[in-house]
Amino acid sequence: MVRNILMIKKILIILFFSLNANAALEVTIAQGKVEPTPIAITQIFGADSDTARYGNTLRQIISNNLTNSGLFYTVNEDLYIQSDNLVEKVPRFEDWKLIKAQFLLSADVGKIDKGIRLRMRLYDVFNAKEIEKLQLTIPDENLIRRVGHTVSDIVYERITGETGFFDTRIVYVSEIGPLDQRVKRLAIMDQDGHIDSHQFLTDGKNMVLTPRFAPNKQLITYMEYKNNLPRVYIYNLKTGEREIVGDFPGMTFAPRFSPDSQSVVMSFSDPNNAANSEIYLMDLNTRSRLQLTDDSGIDTSPSFSPDGEKIVFNSDRGGSPQLFIMDKKGNNIKRISKGRGVYGNPVWSPRGDLIAFTKLTQGNFHIGVMDINGNNERVIVRDFALESPAWSPNGRYLIFHRQKRSNLDGTGGEVTIHFIDITGYNERVIPTPRDGSDPAWSPLL
Amino acid sequence: MLKKLFMLIVAGFFLASCAATKTEQGGDVDAASASTSSSSGGEITAGTQEDLIVNVGDRVFFEFDSSELTVDAQATLDAQAAWLMQYPDTNITVEGHADERGTREYNLALGDKRAFSVYSYLAQAGIDTNRMEYVSWGKERPEVIGSDETAYSQNRRGVTIVSN
Repeated sequence: MVRNILMIKKILIILFFSLNANAALEVTIAQGKVEPTPIAITQIFGADSDTARYGNTLRQIISNNLTNSGLFYTVNEDLYIQSDNLVEKVPRFEDWKLIKAQFLLSADVGKIDKGIRLRMRLYDVFNAKEIEKLQLTIPDENLIRRVGHTVSDIVYERITGETGFFDTRIVYVSEIGPLDQRVKRLAIMDQDGHIDSHQFLTDGKNMVLTPRFAPNKQLITYMEYKNNLPRVYIYNLKTGEREIVGDFPGMTFAPRFSPDSQSVVMSFSDPNNAANSEIYLMDLNTRSRLQLTDDSGIDTSPSFSPDGEKIVFNSDRGGSPQLFIMDKKGNNIKRISKGRGVYGNPVWSPRGDLIAFTKLTQGNFHIGVMDINGNNERVIVRDFALESPAWSPNGRYLIFHRQKRSNLDGTGGEVTIHFIDITGYNERVIPTPRDGSDPAWSPLL
Repeated sequence: MLKKLFMLIVAGFFLASCAATKTEQGGDVDAASASTSSSSGGEITAGTQEDLIVNVGDRVFFEFDSSELTVDAQATLDAQAAWLMQYPDTNITVEGHADERGTREYNLALGDKRAFSVYSYLAQAGIDTNRMEYVSWGKERPEVIGSDETAYSQNRRGVTIVSN
């Protein structure tokens, strides 16, 4: 299953018909609330009952994705005046203007020798012109959800000019059971959390924490208590194999990949160093490790800049936990967090320009972003317990988890995964079959 | 104020344990002379986890964001060291824990420092390090569920577990 999903981009044959190379029509995305752009999505016609069913599924996926982005809303189908298949004919743009659809997507699904064929056309209604036309050949109907995500990405990219983020996965920690004996399993799902895409990767026998995707999309690094020894591991999505990374005396934790996927940066708590956590870089090919920090304080939660030159991390070397930046060799350490409170969990944006973080102050956790020099700190969301911010691959959204207060009688403490635009708008829960924490986003597949 | 409350709760906690044991046994426990019976009849077997809990104290508590051993903690660990000397075949694992008011990763680091504080104190008190292991559970295994200082103060702990 996982293998199929990872292979899809190689299998999908995308034929772009000749199109004059238009520049993307940019919907202005500045700071602040964006009014969602109305898009109409016609019925996705099928050639028979099977393909009609795929069409319905695809329309639902595409409509949900675009709406969830906060940048679009789907104009209610009941309002559509023209009800034809518009893949092979020019739409009556006046009809679509009348119902205030700014863009129009039409598609159909047919059967071919080796699978299914999807044809789609995207129109700019106000300018009465076609802006995208393509055909996808889908060899396996199990890939239908990924096709929906891929079409969503094409529409999003064509209209906003930004990179899409729908054909992506979220790895997270699934939680169940009493709060003092929590069973935690690695799990993975599409970014929309759809139950059909959900899969457990570990059986819950050992506690697992803090998974992160490799930029190469094949590997996940995380921490596992195997035989009660907390160590960093790598999970291979292709083979299902688990391999220890930090196999030496002392705890290894807080792992993240380097941008080239060849190394893991993590904390190592060395018994010969009074179990004080320092940051190390482990080369996955040679298994040699390089110590990057050396200080009497705790150093943890490292995160590479997308160019691989710098690392932001969490340290209490100055007394309370704050955010620092160093170069990839561990030199030129500079504190960047400036505000009051206890900082943690820094995560470098894939665009390179921002650092997301958590901050505990005045009894509440905050998730915010700051420039890489620590300026322009902005709080995005605040609550009793928030943690684990992770970026969408296009750098526009964050996912994180939110936990409710717990009570002495064992109730409460529910923990859920949330999605939010970094402007602070459009927060929603990403559904998970059980409680969920420590979400991390894959790159675009 | 908080500290006072915390002391009372800790005291209450141990009283409760002792009371329960007395009821079961109908008398005070003398660890040294206790029966070696391992049946579930209620007698405390010398050199066991139960013995450690009831007659010595299996845990120490830490201040917020600290891995330093308090005076009280040191007294408990002195008693644990004496107990471990008395039962030289007993091996232990020291668990370090944190309250929930910190990030998962920072608390793993803090839990490890706490566990190591206990471990190295016992080592300095003469316990062979071959008999001891330590592990951090960060904020993952609270002793008391709850989102208030009462719970937090009991969750910031180092616990000595008999592992054989």
